[in-house]
Parts: sequence; C-alpha cells; structure tokens
Amino acid sequence: MMNRFIYILVIATLLYSCRKDELVVPTEYEILPMEINSDTDPVGMYVLNEGNMGSNKASIDFVDFRNAYYVRNLYAERNPNIIKELGDVGNDIQIYGSKLYAVINCSHKVEVMDARTGERLGQVDVPNCRYIRFHRGKAYVSAYVGPVAIDPDAQLGAVYRIDTTSLQVTGKVTVGYQPDELEIMGEYIYVANSGGYRVPNYDYTISVVEMYAMKQVQKIPVGINLHRLRKDKYGKLWVSSRGDYKTIPSRLFVLARKNQNSNEMVVTDTLDIPCSNMCIQGDSLYFYSTEWNEQSEENAISYGIINVKTKELITSHFITDGTEKDITIPYGLKINPENGDIYVTDAKNYVSSGVVHCYNRNGKRKWSVRAGDIPAHMVFLFKN
Amino acid sequence: MFYVKHLGIVVLLLAVTNVFSQSRLDSVQRLNEIVVIAKRYKEIIPAQTLKGAELEQLNSFSVADAIRFFSGVQIKDYGGVGGIKTVNIRSMGTNHMGVFYNGIQLGNAQNGQIDLGKFSLENVEEISLYNGQKSEIFQSAKEFGSAGSIYLTTKRPRFEKGKDTNVKASMRTGSFGLFNPSVLYEYKISEKINTTFNVEWINANGKYKFRYRRVTPSGELAYDTTATRQNGDIDAVRMEGSLNGYLESGMWKVHVYHYASERGIPGAIVNNVWRRGERLWDNNSFVQGVYQQDLTPNFSSKVNVKYAADVTHYINNDDKLIHVDNIYKQKEAYFSWANKYALRRNWDVSMAYDFQWNGLSEFVDVSRVTHWLSAATAFTVADQLKIQASILETLVNEEDRQRDDVPNKQVFTPAVFMSYQPFKKHEIVFRTFYKKSFRMPTFNDLYYTDMGNAFLRPEYAEQYNIGVLYDTNPQKQWFESFHFGVDAYYNYVKDKIVAYPKGQQFRWTMLNLGEVDIRGVDLTTMATFLLPKDLKLTGKLQYTYQEAIDITNHADTYYRHQIPYIPWHSGSAIAMLAWRNWSMNYSFIYVGERYNQQENIRYNYTQPWYTSDVSFSKQMKLNSLLLKFSAEINNLLSQDYDVILNYPMPKRNYRFLVSIEI
Repeated sequence: MMNRFIYILVIATLLYSCRKDELVVPTEYEILPMEINSDTDPVGMYVLNEGNMGSNKASIDFVDFRNAYYVRNLYAERNPNIIKELGDVGNDIQIYGSKLYAVINCSHKVEVMDARTGERLGQVDVPNCRYIRFHRGKAYVSAYVGPVAIDPDAQLGAVYRIDTTSLQVTGKVTVGYQPDELEIMGEYIYVANSGGYRVPNYDYTISVVEMYAMKQVQKIPVGINLHRLRKDKYGKLWVSSRGDYKTIPSRLFVLARKNQNSNEMVVTDTLDIPCSNMCIQGDSLYFYSTEWNEQSEENAISYGIINVKTKELITSHFITDGTEKDITIPYGLKINPENGDIYVTDAKNYVSSGVVHCYNRNGKRKWSVRAGDIPAHMVFLFKN
Repeated sequence: MFYVKHLGIVVLLLAVTNVFSQSRLDSVQRLNEIVVIAKRYKEIIPAQTLKGAELEQLNSFSVADAIRFFSGVQIKDYGGVGGIKTVNIRSMGTNHMGVFYNGIQLGNAQNGQIDLGKFSLENVEEISLYNGQKSEIFQSAKEFGSAGSIYLTTKRPRFEKGKDTNVKASMRTGSFGLFNPSVLYEYKISEKINTTFNVEWINANGKYKFRYRRVTPSGELAYDTTATRQNGDIDAVRMEGSLNGYLESGMWKVHVYHYASERGIPGAIVNNVWRRGERLWDNNSFVQGVYQQDLTPNFSSKVNVKYAADVTHYINNDDKLIHVDNIYKQKEAYFSWANKYALRRNWDVSMAYDFQWNGLSEFVDVSRVTHWLSAATAFTVADQLKIQASILETLVNEEDRQRDDVPNKQVFTPAVFMSYQPFKKHEIVFRTFYKKSFRMPTFNDLYYTDMGNAFLRPEYAEQYNIGVLYDTNPQKQWFESFHFGVDAYYNYVKDKIVAYPKGQQFRWTMLNLGEVDIRGVDLTTMATFLLPKDLKLTGKLQYTYQEAIDITNHADTYYRHQIPYIPWHSGSAIAMLAWRNWSMNYSFIYVGERYNQQENIRYNYTQPWYTSDVSFSKQMKLNSLLLKFSAEINNLLSQDYDVILNYPMPKRNYRFLVSIEI
C-alpha cells in the first residue's frame, strides 16, 4: 500500500514539473498612472538595470510617456537571437543620433541598438568599459583597463574612440587608474580617474585628453577616488569623489578655467557636500548622497539641490512629501528637461528588483514602478 | 549503552571466525557487517548512510555526488570535475552543516564552507548524514554543535586469515580528460596494530560541452549554441596514512592527510564572456589522532587531537579585470576530551570539553579561541522508550584588536531526542527531536575588507522534527527487507547573517538581518528482493518537500518567498540489480523548480532538472587477484541544465574504472 502511494506520488511530481523549453526572457507591460498624451516630448525614457555581477541580468526597461506604459525587460524579446541576452552588469546608457548605446561592463562590450525599437545594430568590444559620451560622430568610452601593462598591479585605464557609423574602435588613449565618468568640453575630454583597483592608493586626478590626437595632455589633481564628472552651462566641471569610505568623505569639486585666456581647468571650489550621484538641469544640480553610519548600522541619505551659478545649497530635501523613506539605496537620478519631473531609482539590496520613483518638480511622488535588478542609468528619447 | 554491550558480545562471537582478534570496542565499530542485528532500534534517529558496495556502485566521483542521494539535502554544484560543491541540509545554509572526517570536524574558519567536491570517494568507506546530531552521547563537545552532520569514514583495513598485506590499485578515466590512478596499501604490523597508506592523483582538463538553447513563445528557435567549458581543469594529489591500534578495551588511531591541488575556476557564462582567468591552489594538511579507553566497565574516555594547516592561493589573471593575487593561510589546533559514565544499565551520562584555536592571515591577521563544554544523558525505559538530552556551552574568545574590537561570545544550545517503539514485535519506531544550534560569524563575515562587521552575533537555527520509521525483514523467499521512514520538520533560522548594501557602488556590510521559516517532509524508502536465478534487486526512493520562506520584513518584495535555490520538490531513485558478480545500477535525481534570487518572479525562475545515471560492474577472481571493472554513463539523456545560474553542467559523460586487489 505504502509502495503504491509512493509510486503515485513520484509519478504525480514528475508529471507536474518536467522541464519545458527555455523561453526567451519575456517583456512585461505595466500601466503607469499618467495621462496618455501622444504629443509628449521626450517620448520616453530608457532605464538600464545593472544586474548583479555574474547573473547576466543587465536589462533595459522603457518608460513610455505617450502611452503611459512601463515596458520591463525589452532587450531579449526584441533581440531573441542574441546568445545570453544583453549581458552582465550594465553601466551606462546614452542616445546619440538615432542609436541607443548601452555600456555592459562585465560583458566587455558596448551594445548598439536602434533608439526607437531597441533592436540591435551591433556591438563594440571594449574591455571593462564604464561610461560613454559623444562628439561629432564619435563615441568616447572610458575603460578600467587599457593595453596590457608590464606590471600587472598597475593597470592604467583608457579612453576608447568609436566611430558611430562603422561601429569600429578608431583610437585609444591611456589615462589614469580606473577612469569613470567623462565629459567633452571644447577639444578636450575630461576623465575622472578613480583608482578603485588600487585601494588604498586611489587615483586623485582628472585626465585631460586632446580629442583629435587622442593624447593625454594633463592630469589635474582633485581628490581621491573620483567618480562623477558633469559640465554645466557656464563651462564649469562638477566632479564628485567617493573618498575612502573611512576617514576621507565623499566630496563635490568645481573646476573652472584658470583665466579667460586659458583652456586650463583648475579646482576653484571644494564643496563640503558628499555626493553619490548628480544631474544638472539648467542652473540646478540635483544630487543625492549615501553614507554608511557604523554606529547606527544605517545609511544616511540626503537629496539636495545646488545652484551651479552661486554654488550654494538650495535644499537638502528635494523629495518633499516624506516618501524618501521608501528608498533603501538611491542608485540613479535623472531630471525631465520638459516638465521638471525627478526620477530616482532604488537598488534595494542589489539582488532583488529595484524601483523607479517619479516625483514632480516640487518633490511630490507621482508614481513608482518595479524595475529590474539595480535600476541605475536613464536616458530620454526625444521626438527627433 | 546496554545495547552496544550486548551487540558487542554477539559481534565478538561472530568475529572469532572472522579476521583478527579485536577489542570489544573495535568490534562494536564494525557492527555494520552483521546488518540485521545491528540495525535493530539502536540509534534514536538513524543516519542516512551510504557505504561499501552500494557506495561504489552509485555513479559518484566525489563525496558531494554521493550526498545527492540523501533526502533533505541541497547541493550547490558549479559543475565539472574541479567545480566547487557545497551542501546544505534542510535549507539552513552550508555553515550550519558540520563535516566530520573520521570523527573530527573539518574546519574553515575563513568562510565556514567545506567544498565536498574536493573529497574523492576513493578512500571513503561510509558516508552518514545525521539531522541534528549523531544519536550517541559519547562524543566530542563539538559534535553536539552543528544543525546537521556528515560523517566521512575512511576505509578500515580488513585482513583475511593468513594475510598481512592488502594492496589495491585502481585507475579511473573518462570524460573531462580524467586521469585518476590510486593505490591503497594496508599492512598488519601485528595483531594489534596495522597501518594504511593511500595515494591518489586526479588530473583532468575539465573540458566539457554544454548547450544553451532558447525558443520564442511561438516556438521558433531563438538561439541554440553549444560551447566547451574552459578553465575547469584540475590537478590534485591526495595522500593519506593511518596507524591503527587495538587495545584490550580501547583503541587508538593516528591519521595524516595531505591534499594539494591546482585548478581553474570556470566562472559564470555570461554574454560575450566564455572563459575566465581565475586559478586556485589549495594545500590542505592535517594530522589527527584519537585514543579511546574503557577505564572501568562503567567509565569510558576518549581524547581527540588535531592540527591542520591550509594554504589557499588565488589569482585572477584576466587582463580585462582587476589583477588579484592573494594567499590565505589558516591554521587550526584542536583538542577534545570526552567521557561517558554508565549510572545504571539503562542510563548513561557524558561530559566533554573541546578546545580549538584558529588563525588566519592575509587580508587580515586574526585568531580566535573557542571552548566547548557539553553535558549529555541517554536513558532507556523498557527497551522501548529512548531519551537523549544534551546541552552545549560555546565560548568564543575573539582576539583583542585595536581597530575592530570583536566582542566575545557565550552561547548555550540544548537538544532533546526521543524515540518510542510501541510494539516489541514490530519495528515501528516513532521519533522526535528538538535542537537549537548556531553558527559563528566567519573570519570573512567579521573582518573582510570593508565588508566585515565586527559586531555580528551568531546565527541561530532551531529544529523541530517528528517522524516514524518502519522496518521489516520478512525473510520470505523473494522479499528480503523493506524500510520506510518519514519525517516532518519545522526549522526557524534567525539573526541570519546576510550581506546588506552600504553606501554606494556595490559596497556591502554583513548584518544579522535574515529570518527564515522552513517546513518540510523527508521520505525514504527501500526494499530488497531476491529474485529467481540469483538476481537481487534493491530499490531506494527519497523524496523531500520543502517550503523555506524569507520572513525577514513585510516591506521586502520577497517577503514569504521561497529562498534562492531551494526546490519545493526533490528526490532520487536508485535501482540496483546484482547477479553473481555482475551488478548494474540505475539512479535518478530530480530537483524541482526553484528561484535563483530572493524574489519568486519569472525573471528568477529556474527550471527543474533531472538526470539518469547508469553503471555496470563486474568482479573477477584471477588466482589471488580480485579484479573489478566498471563503466558509468552519467546524464544519460544528456539534459542541459544549470544547478547554479550561468554555471552550465556537463552533458552526457562517461567514466571507466579498473581495479586490482592483491
């Protein structure tokens, strides 16, 4: 009797749960509480979810402003033939012309897609690539490792130049250690070197690269472990440092021209404000900072705005309705240039789905939506 | 220990015709040869055991492969010959599992995990798995400490009459470029002392084909690619020697172990990355000894000592990634003194004290001293009700350090085991246990650069188990024996040590945050049939149902979701057919659907996998030589599956063995 019981149990279990064909990772659609407006510009916003290292779960979502949809995980369904999908750890997403570029750090590639459809146009292999910016038909990509060095413990980083038509690497230049964000101003590329692989001997410089010759012409000392680097409309550079997470805190630096006749940039201000991420919109620099408090075993998080003209802190609470309590780890920040909406992503514990929050220009929450793992980077898709 | 005494006498009588003269104690240890008597209601909670011929026939290369056939166990297998394989029992996490090698725990103070893929079955005679703890009170204090325990027992020498030397040489080869010779040498120095020596070399390129295939919902092929696993090679040498002595009413044993390996870490297969540059060198050595003596008829004493030194060298050569070159050195010194006293014929008490020192150097130089003190008692009423209770005190003295002053810890953990056999004639035994146990934060948890948290507390696990066991040996002509056991359990894990995000950019810290609620059923059954024409058929079935849910925080998106990599359903089936000196084995393993991350959403869904393995073997006598041949086919149906996401497992693969015994 018992035997029969077990027999039935086993058969039932097997029938119930056999292996099926492994399906292409499906796209999900979710309605957002927004008004449908077919004239809105920007049309939408792409969200790049990093995915935890080794999980191969980098993914792209799209906020459809016109049809009020959140489109989750669209890459695999639009490109079903790509083996092992988008890849491992997305680190930057940008649009240039009609193309969408996703920098996939641990897959060592820049994925190039059609900006409207998300369909793949090609890929460019760049080892340990980090961030991408554009200028005159060329893409410039920072990469943690440049040419193989003789001393394996002193791996200098590089900036790769990619032709956006042929999608070929057309040049590269060695910069500092583990370069992160970069910005193009005039004929120069400014690259924030972190030196993150060299703890505790962090890099502390910005590399200045002459763009046409692809030659490093200067290294500006700023602060240890640099990360973000953005330009404002007055020709200044805003640079954040991560600090050493111990005694030296994160800081925000301002660089400007030495004098009117010089192209040389120098540090003019060091703001006593920790900064994890920033986004400049007009005169306002939105930022947040996350700092770990050893005593309380909690993250101390602030969300602030700085006036880039006066370099003064306008507010340290750009979320005004108290809903910032719902954010565990802010990980991405973007401002809608049209209506001033603020987007903040929450990476949660890095190994579960994150959330994209939208706040209006007054800091009141409009909506929140589940994203992929570690939503972090956003870019707007405009009508033209 | 009334039973043991009586059985001892029985065994002694039987052993006279057998092998060499032994002390009473040793003959008790050799009980397994007289199966029927020995099995009868001896242990309160019997172990799941694989041993001898059965173990040899299962298509298993390492200890981890064999453990897959136990119920209530989950294996994390990163694939291939050199891939890491860790085990956790009843969803409580690898660090709650104690692995004992000839009675003494294998340690890894750095990360608390034992890679069971590293232990080959070549020199292992028996593997036993205990939920809770071994149902015996005469044991070291540490043995009371784990939530579950695996005991690995190496081959014990047996000498036929008139023989003082046994030599066995074997050679394995097959898929993955495997080249695996080994030699076992056993020598009887005198009637009371013998020695064994065993050397094994494992060399494999670790290459195997794997396949990823996806289809669109409409059934069109999206992609289908087959590639070769790279950087999974291994080159390992294991050397072991032992000296065993049998005394009038005691025994002693000294065991030396050395393992040295170099292997590649194949790594995750992700888009655009098909090979990686991580290499690992392991050097594990230990020497351990045990001395056990019955000092009076009522009082027995046992001393264990061990010294272990491990060196791990890890490098990452990938020129696209950060270059890493680290050497970790661990040392461990251990002493244990256990005593048992029989107050009455049916009432035993025991006490044990263990001491251990652990040191680690590389990213940090740290050490820790741990003391364990256990008291236990075992009581039998009318040979029907058996009760065991134990309490363990653990004292951890963390090193005084300037930067992160880690607090010392003191923990008391109790356990109660009971079993009841209501009818003397029928072997139906009801059993139940409660146990509280914990795991210490490892050196990595406490000190690892940036991530470590000096203020971590121990992580607790509480287990409640109730079950019944039925055994029958009808001795009918064709129906030899039948065994059935079922257990239901509830485990509660609190203060689970988890990585928590800190600040920005993938920075973590360790916190006592997690809470897990685990409910499950384990079912085991076995039947042996004697069929006509000398055919003997043994069938075994194991099934496990588990619900292990995260109950840490209502606000989490994964609140009350099944924790990662725990299937709801899993099981195995084994059929062994023996005919004279031929034998055939078929085994089937099933692991049901599960999720690879905390949230049970479709993006984290992992398909069930199930593999069929077959083996054939034949033994031959050639003069004084005993020859054995066997052939194994694993993953017969060539299923393409991942146990761990992005770590593809091999398709169909083969293994062949030839061995000669002199």
